[in-house]
Amino acid sequence: MESLSNKKKVLEQKPLSFMERMYLPAIAKGMGITISHLFKKEATVRYPEVEREFSTNFRGMHSLKRDENGKERCTACGLCALSCPAEAITMIAAERKPEEKHLYREEKYAATYEINMLRCIFCGLCEEACPKEAIYLDGPIVPADYLRKDFIYGKDKLVEAPLEMKK
Amino acid sequence: MDSAFVIEKFILVAVIFGISLVIAMYSTYAERKVAAYLQDRLGPDRAGPFGILQPLADGVKMFMKEEIIPASSNRWLFIVGPGLALLCACIGTAVIPWGSPMEIGGKIVPLQVADINVGVLYIFGVVSLGVYGVMIGGWASNNKYSLLSAIRAASQNISYEIAMGLSVIALLLMTNTLSLKEIVDQQHGLNWNVWYQPLGFLIFMVCSFAETNRAPFDLPECETELIGGYHTEYSSMKLGFYLFAEYINMFVSSAVMAALYWGGYNYPGMDYVAAHLGPTWAPLIGTAVFFGKIVMFIFFFMWVRWTIPRFRYDQLMNLGWKGLIPLAIANIIITGIVIAIIEKF
Repeated sequence: MESLSNKKKVLEQKPLSFMERMYLPAIAKGMGITISHLFKKEATVRYPEVEREFSTNFRGMHSLKRDENGKERCTACGLCALSCPAEAITMIAAERKPEEKHLYREEKYAATYEINMLRCIFCGLCEEACPKEAIYLDGPIVPADYLRKDFIYGKDKLVEAPLEMKK
Repeated sequence: MDSAFVIEKFILVAVIFGISLVIAMYSTYAERKVAAYLQDRLGPDRAGPFGILQPLADGVKMFMKEEIIPASSNRWLFIVGPGLALLCACIGTAVIPWGSPMEIGGKIVPLQVADINVGVLYIFGVVSLGVYGVMIGGWASNNKYSLLSAIRAASQNISYEIAMGLSVIALLLMTNTLSLKEIVDQQHGLNWNVWYQPLGFLIFMVCSFAETNRAPFDLPECETELIGGYHTEYSSMKLGFYLFAEYINMFVSSAVMAALYWGGYNYPGMDYVAAHLGPTWAPLIGTAVFFGKIVMFIFFFMWVRWTIPRFRYDQLMNLGWKGLIPLAIANIIITGIVIAIIEKF
């Protein structure tokens, strides 16, 4: 049948020529190629000691931000938990007491805030949903661990260090 | 036979045994490093600086693993197989001259365990015994894949041994001796046999790749077709013995190639070194040169392994029977004619 696409190519199997049957020229060529790779730069990154450079929009571990006075920005509105497609975020809200004014920016704050790092898909929808600019995925790679319970990160791991500690 | 002779030989045997085991150990490391660098990787670098303790870690792993002997196997032969493979690999080192005789405290010590006058034949005998380790292991496993691999190993070794023997006959026509020591001594300075027997050397080298079951002739242990080949059922140190035997075989065949064709411990300028360093230290330089050549050959083995894909079974047989054997016979005839002409005129 006539080929419509005109892409058909008839392959013919020719018997090997004498030079090809000697194998040696082809082997020498192949050996030359492999030895040239001996002098090329390795693609390997020695991971725990050396880290590959990330792109500028890399999304790593979450951090809960503080404002310029060192108060926690999060008001426990729950929009991040609502927007999370993996349902990785939970929180419990609490009311700020008068003596805690220097700790939390607004009257309501997150008493506990947990992200399950095994559920999280690092899509970044929580940081887009947040009206208070409180959560950003600007951390490093989430480290490996042995137990499932150790992957549920609480406020102790998520909240940014206080201002005086940063300095 | 005085006791000094026994002690001297005992020390020599122990040293050579130790060296060949260490070289086999570090061949496994070198193989992985060479493979890595040829593929733009780094290779093992976790155990010790540059990963040089990797062979020790592997050895510990091998010893710690569970030892499994399949219930349906022939128990006794299953145990004998790896032992025989390792034994045959090790005893090949006995006739290789590692250096010219060395003077220690006024006593001349030959750096060779046994200078027997049929050294080349001995090597061939030991090498062909080596296939029994593979065959017994493959048969005793009572596993189809192991058996297929054992059959392949046997037929491959028998086919390539013929071409190997024929290529050496052309060399023996030139040297007029079967003693490895005399063959090496004839290649004084840069008067190496490879300049006179390039075709013979090529055939010998291709055959020794096949004899050691190395790529591109590693059909007996090709993972894609036969799982692990003859050592599919083996575990723990018995598996280690088989892997070790392969690397010792590689070391021995590198040493034989270096001794027969590449001048053994001879190197240009050796007379000058011998005159200046004296009879104690000059042989050691020669031994170092010999080991340098061996290391080059081992590197070549690895380089080839990571370059050339495996031969198909019928291609292997075609190359052996229709390619190498006629070539080796032609080489014998040409060598004979040339020698006859030189003697006539």
